[in-house]
Parts: sequence; structure tokens; C-alpha cells
Amino acid sequence: MLPEIGQFSLILACILSLLQTVYPLYGVQTGHQGAIRSAKVFTILQFVAVAFSFFILSYLFLMNDFTVGYIATNSNSALPWYYRLSAVWGAHEGSLLLWVFLLAGWSIAVALMSKRLPAESVARVLAVLGLLSFGFYLFVILTSNPFLRTLPYFPIDGRDLNPLLQDFGLIIHPPMLYMGYVGFSVAFAFAIAALLEGRLDSAWAKWSRPWTMAAWMFLTVGIALGSWWAYYELGWGGWWFWDPVENASFMPWIAGTALIHSLAVSEKRGVFKSWTVLLALSAFSLSLLGTFLVRSGVLVSVHAFASDPTRGLFILGFLVLVIGGSLLLYAIQASKVKSRGRYELASRESILLINNILLIAALIVVLLGTLLPLVHKEIGLGSISIGEPFFNRMFSILIVPFALFVGVGSLFRWKKQKLSDLRKPLIVILLLSVVLTIAFLLVFAPSFTWLALMGVFLGFWITAGVAYEIYLRATHRHSFREGITKLGNSHWAMSFGHFGLAVMIIGITMTQNYSIEKDVKLAVGDHIAFEHYDFHFDQVKDLNGPNYTGTVGVFTVKHDLKEIAVMKAEKRIYTVQRMPMTEAAIDAGFTRDLYIAMGEVLPDGAWAVRIYYKPFIRWIWLGPLLMAFAGLLMICDRRYRGKKVAKETLEPKATVLGDKNA
Amino acid sequence: MNPRRKKRLIITSSLIAGLSLAIGLTLFALQQNIDLFYTPSEIINGKNETGTKPEIGQRLRVGGMVVNGSVSRDPESLKVSFDLIDNKAGIVTVYFDGILPDLFREGQGIVAQGHLKSSNEIDAFEVLAKHDEEYMPPEVADALKGMDHLKTEQSK
Repeated sequence: MLPEIGQFSLILACILSLLQTVYPLYGVQTGHQGAIRSAKVFTILQFVAVAFSFFILSYLFLMNDFTVGYIATNSNSALPWYYRLSAVWGAHEGSLLLWVFLLAGWSIAVALMSKRLPAESVARVLAVLGLLSFGFYLFVILTSNPFLRTLPYFPIDGRDLNPLLQDFGLIIHPPMLYMGYVGFSVAFAFAIAALLEGRLDSAWAKWSRPWTMAAWMFLTVGIALGSWWAYYELGWGGWWFWDPVENASFMPWIAGTALIHSLAVSEKRGVFKSWTVLLALSAFSLSLLGTFLVRSGVLVSVHAFASDPTRGLFILGFLVLVIGGSLLLYAIQASKVKSRGRYELASRESILLINNILLIAALIVVLLGTLLPLVHKEIGLGSISIGEPFFNRMFSILIVPFALFVGVGSLFRWKKQKLSDLRKPLIVILLLSVVLTIAFLLVFAPSFTWLALMGVFLGFWITAGVAYEIYLRATHRHSFREGITKLGNSHWAMSFGHFGLAVMIIGITMTQNYSIEKDVKLAVGDHIAFEHYDFHFDQVKDLNGPNYTGTVGVFTVKHDLKEIAVMKAEKRIYTVQRMPMTEAAIDAGFTRDLYIAMGEVLPDGAWAVRIYYKPFIRWIWLGPLLMAFAGLLMICDRRYRGKKVAKETLEPKATVLGDKNA
Repeated sequence: MNPRRKKRLIITSSLIAGLSLAIGLTLFALQQNIDLFYTPSEIINGKNETGTKPEIGQRLRVGGMVVNGSVSRDPESLKVSFDLIDNKAGIVTVYFDGILPDLFREGQGIVAQGHLKSSNEIDAFEVLAKHDEEYMPPEVADALKGMDHLKTEQSK
């Protein structure tokens, strides 16, 4: 009975989402106040309906109801309860239910938190969100229903969740990532609503900015979590593979990064507006493209769990409608947008424009590398793959100008910057970063390479730029100690975000240049030593988990003859799916990770073992976390919450608009 | 020319210059990093679509089924070699120095990436056997179509 109720509730949500679109739009057209206000009511009802449906599916998973086909294929009674819960989004159908649930969550957040916006605008935004929800509801109900039964011959036990997904990282990675993907729909809805209204002004940028930032923040955390998971779970110590599905999440992230910077310009200076709109449309379109690539199975990857042609066709159709429709609307309406602000070549506007151009270039590189193999195959030239070196080379070129501009960009003033005023700051930053780079490399780098020098320098260049800018801003009118307390949240957000990038660049540089990777043959009692470390293979033990068995290799690790860790690397066999899994042993540290993964048993009883030394790899995830923290700071800026408009450095025009909407 | 037009001209031309530089670099990097996919019989007889054979030393990907009993290991190191076969009975030998993936087994479809050593030998730097047992890259599935697949034997 319960699955049917869940199914019914989902259909109800689908109908409500259509009403959420039609009725408010009718209201906006005719000026019918009741219809305009109904948008919020329908949104709330729709959320309740889909949340109920999601709750039922989770409950069924917890209760091990294997009469439901989706549960029978993705769960098992031996699975611990938390994995049964996360198995809800462990495969295609359930992850789409999560998707529509989160979309409804964002919609209700918009409905409840935009009291300061004109009712018509909110109604339009909610109508667009309703239409998107409607499309996804149809998709779930028609092609991927998670509530389908296997009656009358249901299995006694389930086929278990894919062992790769039985992991803490995978409990939170998909929801975070989806929060990001789906969150860009809000920016999209704001953009479409503004285009429909024919009114794109600073107020629009101001409203959509915190929402965009929130979505970007989730996506950042989601991608970082995915990378961290791949590092410890796939068993060979890589943190990014340029796998098509990773690229599918990276592309909206790049577009989103360009968008949050471009929105800042649109809000504060009233320029770049049509460009900002285009970016808002692209960020969400790329999220959809990512979903299409992953769900349709056209791309080969670890993540491609569902390859059903009808699903692919449905999403492709939806993609064409959304992208085509929004671009058409853009083509008709964007010409009406006038950017009034003027700015000189040397100004913060120009720097942010360059930032956008470089980000778009990076986006095109990823898009090309992801889609070219598809095109190549479809036009009959045979299958190809584009290797990591392509992406690595392109990104190590693009990052140079990007990082250089990030370092000094915040020193530029809006409108016009006298270049001669920058001479002193530039010299200070350069000296500071050179000194820091040399000191850092002397301490941490075992050998010299040009790439390492460049990467570390870029990281410290940004750091020095950020630090010096804070110093200048704080001492502008006050003493340093007093001034630093007066800096606004959004200023700290910028500083933290850029500093996060610096941390990540240094992490990537050190890991890529100074990692030591040994694939060796070791028998119990053998040891291997390198770089002051000594790994001794003590013993092999049996392992018994709730739904797996296996073996553990125990290693004692010494650093300069001092014992620092006992590491246990596991080789598991998941009993239901007969699938082997490598659980690496990791000794994590701020400046280095030690990583041991068991390979296979060789005929003579010895083991093939991977022993890795990964310097600064934590920094690769620390950076994105700092960026996400920056996003949080920015959302909490009182300009976006409080009734008072912060005085700060708003230009007169922007302030007037801000007051009107306060 | 008035200063405004001059400024625009400078901006436009630098944009174009930058763009063409970017495109040039991208294509150059692409050219060096595209790996064509071959089946074992395509390595021996040339690609189905175009009939071209790979050159010795070329980087490529090859996919096929690991021949039963062909895996031979060096007793001193992690060096290993095995034969790959497809549904047209082409056989190539793959040499690899490293740790084979968890799901590597005889009778399993795998993909190897490496350099062509001689007309039917490949020096692989990477061997992939994907994690899902149901899963097989479409290219490999095509190459193995119609063959006795050993999966039935393995699953209990």
C-alpha cells in the first residue's frame, strides 16, 4: 500500500507544479492578485507532496520492502541502516526523486524568503521553477518510477547496494552535488523571470546573487567531496581523473564561478547585465547537460548506472526545450537591456571581464574534451579517448594569467584605476610572494622543477595579493587594528575565496610534482624504504564485516627510525555481489598523506602493494572548503538579509535602487 | 582615428589574437592526446571504418577479452603479460608493469592503454577493468559480441 501512496503523492506534486506555473502567470498577465499570491501556496503544497513521497521511499528502504523493484536491486537486509538510507539515492530512480525533492526545496526557500521582492516577480520566478519541476516530475513518473513493484514474485532479499557506494563520502556527496546543480535553477528562474518582465537592473542582480552563491557553495563542496571519495575509495590515490562525469559537474561550476563574479559587477556597477543573464542560463543548462550525459549512458564512466535509451531521449528533449527556449527568449529580450555604466580599460570591471574570458576558455576546453569523443564516434571516425595530459596541459596554461589577475584584481578600483598608483603594491606583492615561495620550496620541496616553482609562486602571489589588499583596506581610514574589524562580510568572502584558490593551487602543485608512487611486490616480513619513511609488512589478517569478508594487510611505518603509524589496508569481498573492493589505509597529515592499498595476491603468496607518499594533498580539498566558507560569509552579508542597506562603497545609483527594494 | 575607435580596435584585435592563440594551442594539445580505440583484430588488419593500421610506437587503447590461461607473471617483479582476443579471433599480447585492477580476470573484458610495441604487442601503462561486473564499455561489448562470455561461469 505504502509504495502506491508514495507514487500517488508524486503524481499530486506533478500536478501541483503545473498549477504553480500556470495560475501565477495568468495572475501576472491579468493583474489578478489572488492568482499572483497563489504561487507561494502551490509551491508549499508541491513541496509537502514530494517530501512525503521521498519520506515514504526512505521508510520503505529502512523497512527492507523488497516488493519494490528499486529497493530489491539496490539494498539488502544485511546493509547497515545508514547505507540503506543513502541507498535511496544510490541509483538512477531514487537520485532523480532526490533531484525533484531538492528542486521543491529550493522553490519553497525562494517562496518563503523573498518577502522583500515585489509579488509579481516572485510569482514569475516560482512559475519558472514550477515548469522545471513539472518536466522532471514527468521524467520520473514516465521513465524512472522508483515505486514500481516486483509483485507477485518478489525476492526474499535485495541485490545489495553497489559496494563502491557503501561509504560515508557517498552518503553526502550526491545530495551536496545535487543541491548545487538544482540550485542553479534558481539563478536560471530569476534570469528567465527578469527577461519575461523585460526588466534587468541592479536590483535583479542583487536578488539573485545570494541564491547563486548558495548553489555555487553546495556545488563546490559536492565536487570536493567527490574528489576526496575517489582518492580514498577507488584505491589508486588519484584525486581527479577528467572522467566525463567529473567534467559534467566541473562545467556548471566554472560557469557558476564566472556568474558570481559577473553578478557582482552587475549589482555594483550596472554593467555586463546581458552577459550575466547568459551565464545564469548557461550554468543551469550545463547542469542539465551534465545530467543528460550521466543518465543517458552516452558517455562511458564509473557513474553511468542507467543506460536506457528512452531516458536519454527524454532528457535530450527536455534539454533542447530548456536551452532552446531560454536562448530564444534571451535573443528577443536581451537587446532591450542597456548597460549604462562606463568604465576605463584599467578598472576592476575590466579585470573581472578578463576573469570571465579565462573562465569561459577553461569551460570550452572541458566541453571540447568531453564531447569530442562523442562527436568523433557519431560521425563514423571510430572511438577515441582524450587523455588527462590534454586537460592538464591546458589548465596549467590557463591558470597562469588567471592566478596573476586574481592576485592583483582586488586592488583595482571600479570605473578607473590609475596604473601608476599600483606600482608600489605590485612591488610589495611581488617581493612578498617571491620570498614566501623560496622559503616554502626550501623547506618542503625535495628537488627543483619549473612547474613546481610556477605553481607555488602563483599560490603565494594570490596569498600576498589578498593579504596586502586587506592591509590597505583596513588602514585606509583607521588604524589596522580598528580597520580590520570594520571590513564587511562580503569583503572577507572575496578574500577567503581567493585564498582558497591559492591553497588549492599549492596543493595541486605539490601533489603533482612531488608524489612518490611505488607499486611493489611485498611478502609478509618484507619492507620498503624511501624519503625517510620505512614501510614494514607485518602480517595479513582475516576480516569479517556485516556484509563483506576479506583480508587486512598490517604495516608498521617508521619515519627516521621512529614508529609513526600502524596502517591497515583492507581487501574486501562483498558477499552479495561477489565484488572485490580495495579499502586503502591512509595516514593523513597537513603536509603529507601516506597511502597503502593492497593489490592482488601473487601466485607465490606475496602481495602486490601500492605505497604512496602524497605531499600536501589535503590542501586540494582544504581550498574548496575555504571557497565554500567564503560563499557562506557572502550569503550572511547583511545587505542580503537585513532591512538596512549597508553603506559600504555602493555607487550612488546602486544605492538608490537598493533603497527602493529594501 | 579618434581615440575611442582606436581603443576599440586595440581591444578587438587583441581579443582576436588571444582567441587564435588559444585555439591553436588547444588543437595542438588535442592532437597529441587523442588515443584511438582498436580491437585486437583491428590492430592486425586495420580499423573497420578506415582500414588504417596503427603505427609502431603509436599511443592507443585496445579492448578485448583476456584469453584463458594466457596471464603470465614475472616471479621477481610485478611485470605481467596476457593475450586479448575479440570476436574476429584477432589476438594481441599486452605487457604491463604494475598492479592489475580488482576486477581483472581471465575471461573478462578489459581495456588497456599504451604504446604499440610490434604489430601485435602492446606496452600498456594502464589497464582498466571497470568496477561494475555488469558493466562493459560499449566498444568492448561490440568487439566481444557473439563470443562465449565467461560471466555465467563466474557468477556462482
